[in-house]
Amino acid sequence: MAPDPMQTRRDAALADLIEGVPYARFLGIRFDRRGDELTAILPFRDMLIGVPTPPALHGGATAAFLETAALIELAWRSTWDRMETGTPLPPLPRPINMTVDYLRPGLPRDAFARARVNRFGRRYASVHVEAWQDNRERLFAQATGHFLMPQGT
Amino acid sequence: MTLQDRARTFVAAIPHCAALGISVEEVSAARAVLTLPYDPRLVGDPATGVIAGGAVSVLMDTACGAAVMAHPEAQGATATIDLRIDYFRAATPGQRLIAEAECHHVTAHVAFVRATTFDADMTRPVATATGTFTVVRDGA
Repeated sequence: MAPDPMQTRRDAALADLIEGVPYARFLGIRFDRRGDELTAILPFRDMLIGVPTPPALHGGATAAFLETAALIELAWRSTWDRMETGTPLPPLPRPINMTVDYLRPGLPRDAFARARVNRFGRRYASVHVEAWQDNRERLFAQATGHFLMPQGT
Repeated sequence: MTLQDRARTFVAAIPHCAALGISVEEVSAARAVLTLPYDPRLVGDPATGVIAGGAVSVLMDTACGAAVMAHPEAQGATATIDLRIDYFRAATPGQRLIAEAECHHVTAHVAFVRATTFDADMTRPVATATGTFTVVRDGA
């Protein structure tokens, strides 16, 4: 038996959301969904390298990954309730600022990130993101970002 | 090797910068100017065509690293400790971005850097960055 229409609709909405951000596709970012919980995945590619020897991920690429994870989490949260009624995707939130902590070098292997929305206001949102590679408890980067929520939606 | 050559070599050797088309415009003591051409693949929101904040982060992180390497007392490899980016306004679609970074203070182990990004309108910044970087000083 196929999954019920709501699961299909959620999967399609998430795919549309990610498809709607060209830069996320450029970096090769994917999302793994478990119910409403999202994990961002950055599969390793040579083009992500910032330090050739020893090879390490570019700090900017790491920042971009964290920012994309935060943005999609926030947009996903805005989308979740609307899916019950089948309304289209809302406009994307806009980043106000982002502070990234680099805790250890990003190794030349896949990276993962999970974002937590700590404030979800009508106008402003605050999102914390954690990124890891081999071990969920050993973060290689973390960030806090503020976003301006789209109005009139 | 001149400071300019060293910075160009540094940036040219970074695969992620090559992927985005980032290049060195100008380097002087403790200062670096880098550019990022407009590219539809780097757009964050197709509704507006505006370049993603993440791509601006890559440009400024690299510019800040280059400014640290161009500091007379801080030679050699550097890594970002932290970086804060403030987004002032949407960059105008179709225009290249230019980031000016300055390493304004170094201690025995830490470099303090700030950067500003513009599009064609050099009177209104698109974004600014403030960061700290690791540093290896001469003779340290």
